[in-house]
Amino acid sequence: MKPPPFEYHAPRDLGAALRTLAEVDGKVLAGGQSLIPMLNMRLAAPAHLVDINRVGGLGASEVTPEGVRVGALARHAEVERAAAHPLLTRALKLVAHPVIRNRGTVVGSLVHADPAAELPAVLAVLGGSVRAARWDTAGGGPVLREVPAEEFFVGPMESALGPDELAVSAFFPALPEGSGAAFEEVSRRHGDYALAGVCAVVTVGADGAARARAACVGVGAGPVVVDLGELGPVRRAGWKAAAALVREATDPEEDIHATAAYRRHLVGVLAERALRNAAREGAAARGA
Amino acid sequence: MEHEITLVVNGTARRVRVPARRLLSDCLRHDLGLTGTHVGCEHGVCGCCTVLLEGRPVRSCLTFAVTVDGAEITTVEGLAGSDGRLSAVQRAFAECHGLQCGFCTPGFLCTVTALLADNPVPTDDEVIEGISGNLCRCTGYQNIVKAVHRAAELRAEET
Amino acid sequence: MTTKLFGEPVQRREDPRLLTGQGRYLDDLGREALAAAFVRSPHAHARIRDIDVGPALDVEGLVAVYTWEDLPERVGRALPLLIPHPALTHGRTAYPLAREVVRHVGEPVVMVVATDRYAAEDACALIEVDYELRKPVVGLEEAVHGAQLVHEDVPGNVGAHLVQEVPAPGGHGAREAIEAAPHTLSFRLDIERSASMPLEGRGVYARWDGRDLRVYSSTQTSTSVRMAVAAALGLPLPQVEVIAPDVGGGFGVKIVHPWPEEVLVPWAAMTLGREVKWAEDRREHFISSAHERAQVQHVRVGFDDEGRVLGLDVSILHDHGAYTPYGIIVPIVTSTQLLGPYRVGAYRVEFTAVYTNTVQVTPYRGAGRPQGVFCMERTMDKIARHLGKDRTAVREANFIRPEEFPYDQGMIFQDGRPLIYDSGDYPEMLRMIKELIGWDSFERRPGRGIGIGCYVEGTGVGPYEGGHVQITSDGRVHVSTGLTSQGQGHETAFAQIAAAELGVPIERVSVVTGDTRRFAYAVGTFASRAAVVSGNAIALACRKVREKALRIAADALEADPADLDIADGLVHVAGTPSASIPLSTVAVLANPLRYAFDEEAAKATQFSGTASPDRPPVAEGEEPGLEGRDYYSPIRSTFAAGMHAAVVETDPDTAEIKVVRYAVVHDCGRLINPMIVEGQIHGGVAQGIGGALYERMVYDQHGQLVNASFMDFLMPYATEVPHVETDHLETPSPLNPLGIKGAGEAGVIPVSAVIASAVEDAEGFAVDRMPISPSELFEARRRNRG
Repeated sequence: MKPPPFEYHAPRDLGAALRTLAEVDGKVLAGGQSLIPMLNMRLAAPAHLVDINRVGGLGASEVTPEGVRVGALARHAEVERAAAHPLLTRALKLVAHPVIRNRGTVVGSLVHADPAAELPAVLAVLGGSVRAARWDTAGGGPVLREVPAEEFFVGPMESALGPDELAVSAFFPALPEGSGAAFEEVSRRHGDYALAGVCAVVTVGADGAARARAACVGVGAGPVVVDLGELGPVRRAGWKAAAALVREATDPEEDIHATAAYRRHLVGVLAERALRNAAREGAAARGA
Repeated sequence: MEHEITLVVNGTARRVRVPARRLLSDCLRHDLGLTGTHVGCEHGVCGCCTVLLEGRPVRSCLTFAVTVDGAEITTVEGLAGSDGRLSAVQRAFAECHGLQCGFCTPGFLCTVTALLADNPVPTDDEVIEGISGNLCRCTGYQNIVKAVHRAAELRAEET
Repeated sequence: MTTKLFGEPVQRREDPRLLTGQGRYLDDLGREALAAAFVRSPHAHARIRDIDVGPALDVEGLVAVYTWEDLPERVGRALPLLIPHPALTHGRTAYPLAREVVRHVGEPVVMVVATDRYAAEDACALIEVDYELRKPVVGLEEAVHGAQLVHEDVPGNVGAHLVQEVPAPGGHGAREAIEAAPHTLSFRLDIERSASMPLEGRGVYARWDGRDLRVYSSTQTSTSVRMAVAAALGLPLPQVEVIAPDVGGGFGVKIVHPWPEEVLVPWAAMTLGREVKWAEDRREHFISSAHERAQVQHVRVGFDDEGRVLGLDVSILHDHGAYTPYGIIVPIVTSTQLLGPYRVGAYRVEFTAVYTNTVQVTPYRGAGRPQGVFCMERTMDKIARHLGKDRTAVREANFIRPEEFPYDQGMIFQDGRPLIYDSGDYPEMLRMIKELIGWDSFERRPGRGIGIGCYVEGTGVGPYEGGHVQITSDGRVHVSTGLTSQGQGHETAFAQIAAAELGVPIERVSVVTGDTRRFAYAVGTFASRAAVVSGNAIALACRKVREKALRIAADALEADPADLDIADGLVHVAGTPSASIPLSTVAVLANPLRYAFDEEAAKATQFSGTASPDRPPVAEGEEPGLEGRDYYSPIRSTFAAGMHAAVVETDPDTAEIKVVRYAVVHDCGRLINPMIVEGQIHGGVAQGIGGALYERMVYDQHGQLVNASFMDFLMPYATEVPHVETDHLETPSPLNPLGIKGAGEAGVIPVSAVIASAVEDAEGFAVDRMPISPSELFEARRRNRG
């Protein structure tokens, strides 16, 4: 289990990284916690590897009232410790194990687009986005575009990034005022990819009415987002029925760890737990 | 194509020529002869190859040596004091029978060393969470958990 | 007075090196060696039409490529069938490299040697093998159906079939007894595959100097590898040495030998005149080493109103995978150890071992016992449920009583000897486990259950082990034994035995295992036998040395040997501590010298006046040196026992299963080192939890192992293993001088039975298939509750 040979590029700045990606058919290496296992198993054999670990300016995260922008080289553990976004922090604790999180990157997890991964669901439920950059050869400079989450996750292990694009950051919008969030999942072993998981954001309005949005992992081709809309007064909202709606929106598959029926059932159970927990938190935030 | 890199391993700068695809685990073991770091799965799950990169535990089998050119790395060979005295973590593992075949042990020792540096008095749950990314096929973990608590005590006594 | 050592939790002598990265495992050796890698079959069943190595020849660093056709006749022979048995009528083994046909995914087809493993894998990736696909046989049902054959000359895929019958005292057979019984039950049980999965894979490293071959192998038997390698390579035995260095876990898979690589790597080293090493990677370990466990059992039982078993009829289908290098030890152990601590009226057991196009099945810790115990303990629980009795009461009603030992079960055990239990106290053990877990006060409620499992384990099988003990003139004690170590702490336990027997501080004792240069006669480390067989051999060797030391010291002290004792390395006259002589001096005197190499040695030279001029310096029947060698060859196995109990909680919504308490009462006779024994139990239970709740080998219909990685083969982490509470009972074995029984496998044996018992208790429906995942529990709820 040794990686196949590849041409190695270690650009020092963003321009060089983008130019390299424009010139060669390259795979980007950031934390490597998903890519290197695939290389070691020879399930992937890119001709070129563009190691962005030396590119300056990609490691920083920026916190504003609008949300958190996480740089491409920000490691899971750093973002987790920064605790700048309650849902993101909670989700990060569910990503693999602490040692993997020391090296793995938040943006890398998004680009990897594993349907069983937590972070794509967080980005999706929050309506966040990924900032992609590419080198404009004609213009001789970088071009940026902001890809919303609903367009970013194209399919299993497939993002909307072009072959010459680099995801330079991701933006996780702050929770609206009066919001609570929760992430519930069931995995076989602690730290494994979830058999199914649901993250939910419940926002309690000034009038005491709850709006809810959920995203599921492990039960579709990508994060399955369900906007539950207005659910009535938070204390009397029909969480069970809402959870059923979430469950009905998913189309899980069977694999060696779980049947499709079990996964679908789990979504219902976890959605209700997540919604109730988020609502409780939202109500407290609203002071309701 | 080979790359000339420098790794500061256990406090000593080591220059070495490696191909880009050389895993840090192989570089440490085969290029630098530091065979205390073990390789158990080469896909990042077992934790045997865990070393400290700038003080934080990482999987050396999921890291290319070239990527960490210039970095400071601590392996199991560097955990004991310069006088050869075993660290509190090492002593606690011996005292509590926290190892049997010893193959996973270097990964646990590195992980636990960092864990206690961050959190000198962890709770039982924090210990279990802290070592949850390392597989051991011999001990059933019970004595490893005991050893982590014992190491916390030894560290406290010595500082 | 020597510090008491036997029975003490002495810290391990192995640990300082293992804690500092100074252990030496296989892949830590031979930094300059060439690296081997293998092209392995991607198909479960195929004929090899053609192999084109051409595309690989340009790979930089490539040194050699070998197919079966390149091997000399002797090297290319089918690997040995290690344990023949009359019932194994169609035993089949693999060739070191596939010859014409591949029979499982992972079978080695081409060997590549290159300057490093990276280059070797590059070459492997370029070699083209043209396969003609055959339909694979996957799963027991398909194998038994026999429409497709794994081996063309094995009809019905049946490698072995064995029926064993133990009639009731009145002469009735089991089937008759069941017919006549007041109550009968019949049911089917399933157990899936798991594997030893040591964290260090296998590995071989060979050095050939033109005359002598030295082989390092991560093996559980270096002496037997040596004989196998010498035979395969046609070398005189004295020219071959095999060393097991530090070994990163074995659990059974490394007792199989010679593995293809153990023949091929030394052969390549000789052929190339270069050092060659192969270190197995994890993917290889999954698809080309060995698995175990898979069985289907059909059970019929007849019993009386008290739950006493009057007749038991078990029919076992055993999946042997593609080959049978280790014979039929696993199903034999299942059939015989199934009886556990119980006396059964009449017993009939039949097994059919069938071939499938999957990785071969050889012993994994427990070696067939977990399946047998699962069968018997499920039976006990079902009887209790049928009669509305407490599950422990039914077990108690069937126990062999303490006064009935030695108890003859009337069968032949895995060592070819009668299945006679030597000692035990099962009612006391049951009392202890019930107390430890709080059986009688347990508060049952939906989603919370308690379970129990009992087992008896034949340990310390023969044929023999040996020990050599030498006291050198510096007072150090050097102990060697031929069997190997994979983490069991032999260096410590054997040092404790030697220090206690010889009256020396343990710091002066060093122990070497698994090195044929030091001790060439041995069997190996398996079947919970090392402490029993080597431990006793070392004790006996120590006693020889002690006797000689006392004789020589008696001469020097002008005392009667019977009045002498040894403590702290000093031989002294009992009651007169001043009249003493250190063992170091005794060692000097034991070796009459002409030349003095140091001051101490001068005492033994010819003009020193220490020897009588009237006798030859080495008396008739004596040997120079203070050393001794002895062997222990047990008449039969000694039978350890244990009882486990667990409390589980099952989530009503997610069907997750949590083991909230796990308790073990264990009897392995006299304990040498309780700390080590407990460690063995903890580790065994953790593997058992893996087998009960997490681990399985999943083959698809094409014979692909679809979960061949640690991502999907779910070995438990610390977060999945419960805290284990332990208690010990010590009923010494009357069979061996030290009164000990084996402990290595114990922890794993009853775990699936215990968890099934507890989950069944929590859920209220039968759990007859293990492992059980949350998804399976969810589906079982749907089936049972609608």
